[in-house]
Amino acid sequence: MKKIIFTVILLSTLLSHVSAAEWSGNVAVELRGFLSQGAWPGQGDGGISVSAQPEFRHQWDGGNFGVTFIPFARLDSMDDERSHADIREFDFLWVTGDWEFRAGISKVFWGVTETQHLVDIINQTDVLEDIDQEEKLGQPMLRVTRTIGNGGIDLFLLPWFRERAFPGIEGRFRPPLVIDKDLSSYESDDEEHHLDWSIRWNQSVANLDFALSWFQGTSREPLLLQAGEALAPFYVQLKQAGVELQYTGEAWLWKLEAVHRETTAENYNAFVGGFEYTFVGINESAADLGVLLEYNYDSRDHLALTVFENDLFAGTRLALNDPQSTELLAGVMYDLDFNSKSFRLEASRRLGESYKLGIEAHIFWDVDPQDPMYVFRKDDYIQITLARYF
Amino acid sequence: MKKYVALTFVVMLAAGTAVAETAEQKGLRIATQADVRDSGWGDSTAGMVMTLRNRSGKTSSRIIRTKTLEGRGDGDKALSLFDTPADVKGTAMLTFSHGLKPDDQWLYLPALKRVKRISSKNKSGPFMGSEFAFEDLGSQEIEKYTYKYLGEESCGKGWKCHKIERIPAYKYSGYTRQTVWIDTKELRPVKVEFFDRKRRKLKTLTWKGYREYIGRYWRADEMFMQNHQTGKSTRLQWKNYKFKTGLSSRDFNKNSLARQR
Repeated sequence: MKKIIFTVILLSTLLSHVSAAEWSGNVAVELRGFLSQGAWPGQGDGGISVSAQPEFRHQWDGGNFGVTFIPFARLDSMDDERSHADIREFDFLWVTGDWEFRAGISKVFWGVTETQHLVDIINQTDVLEDIDQEEKLGQPMLRVTRTIGNGGIDLFLLPWFRERAFPGIEGRFRPPLVIDKDLSSYESDDEEHHLDWSIRWNQSVANLDFALSWFQGTSREPLLLQAGEALAPFYVQLKQAGVELQYTGEAWLWKLEAVHRETTAENYNAFVGGFEYTFVGINESAADLGVLLEYNYDSRDHLALTVFENDLFAGTRLALNDPQSTELLAGVMYDLDFNSKSFRLEASRRLGESYKLGIEAHIFWDVDPQDPMYVFRKDDYIQITLARYF
Repeated sequence: MKKYVALTFVVMLAAGTAVAETAEQKGLRIATQADVRDSGWGDSTAGMVMTLRNRSGKTSSRIIRTKTLEGRGDGDKALSLFDTPADVKGTAMLTFSHGLKPDDQWLYLPALKRVKRISSKNKSGPFMGSEFAFEDLGSQEIEKYTYKYLGEESCGKGWKCHKIERIPAYKYSGYTRQTVWIDTKELRPVKVEFFDRKRRKLKTLTWKGYREYIGRYWRADEMFMQNHQTGKSTRLQWKNYKFKTGLSSRDFNKNSLARQR
């Protein structure tokens, strides 16, 4: 609470001193309905949720200095744990020549593929927001960037670890026992104060965009240990070497993400790779239709905590390229070991100048009891979001 | 380098004008002269309001800012920053154009903080749902077309224009040909008619309100695109043109898209 008050005071001081202050952001209403009763006692069947994400940005000295402040909050009628708030970004930027320095809470994205974001490790995933791994918690960091040609090298110092938050007893997408964040423990004696660090080099050469990265520190994904009537997250120390690769042809995009990870318990490899082929201007319209195929592999085999151990994703992306930017992405993930299937659809369309309607659905079927996805088998849902952007 | 070759070519052609010039040679000569006339500006920034109008007259608008770095030996580098619609605010598009070779293009999506390399095959696709295709707004390098001189015509406001037919030489164009009117005095584009893959007249683009910047470079306040087949139109209103602002290739880096404002 003190931190929030401090933040507000600092921000209002800042606001009163700057002239070209810039506010933007969005507020949204989300309706979520689950199609079956939950697999575990206490789980709700859906509800209404509201969220707000104001965004403040200010730059001065021709963009050589900048401040960003992006808080986020959600209130959820079904799951108390999903009612949560976070500072997504609150950082200071300084650019000088080919060097960029950032200090504060920040967000970065690494990766090229669509089915999962394997290499992306700097920010903790906000699994309460969505199971698609694309929502992230703000990460305190010191980041130094040296741009080189059309690419660069990034060095990250990450002094404070963000714990993953999990659904409560009423929430979906959880195992039978609730994961209790308060029972978190760490392999490192420094616990969440362990100084994690990372370095990434990315470059673009002709049709190839690639990146090599190294991360050393607290694993963003905890092991779950039984502790009485709950599960306790245990965060191990992790070393990760990552590769990202994309070849951009005329209609083809070829993509690969691969990691090698080492912990005290095990060493393993994982990758996701595939292509996206786009048919431009289908049926002499303005619309583009893309076909995606991605294969996911994890050397941990059936022990994997991931649902992507030997899975194929086939999907399609439709962009109408109309004034309302209507888009749809849909596909099926097929588990080659267990024959489990899950279907996902995301669609969106702008309404008027400042509203956006989103529809999302996720359906699981034929889920094998041995598949890690089994705990989600009753969590089919349809979600409608209406967001007002300002 | 390309510019020097082009210049030498112009000089050679000028020396050889005593010999009868074909319509193709004359078309290329004027296109080359127009390109030379508009080179040397270095870099520029500008703001743009894009107004989309559908057949029933309903409008929607986008505000975009652009930064452009003139190419030396290669095409221009361009950065487009989207301010509205509000849901795409902060989106940035970086384009490295290269004559006949496909352009390199990266898109920055602010919600995910994701930089995506995108395919530039979609030249004929609409830009932001407008009547402008990507190829209409791209850097107009000489080698992108073959030319044929059609004659001289008056083209409004007492101006005289060269009328030139040009045929896209790059792959995946949505057009079989274009007819271009360029004014004879300052070699500014005044009008273009676009013909679709079925050779039917598709669109007309007209430039209005030319102003001269830093004593040499002409830019229009308005570009208006009318689609004859759908009845839809798009108006681009340009503001705050600035030249030689000190941009360098450093400002056109896919890594820096996140901090562009």
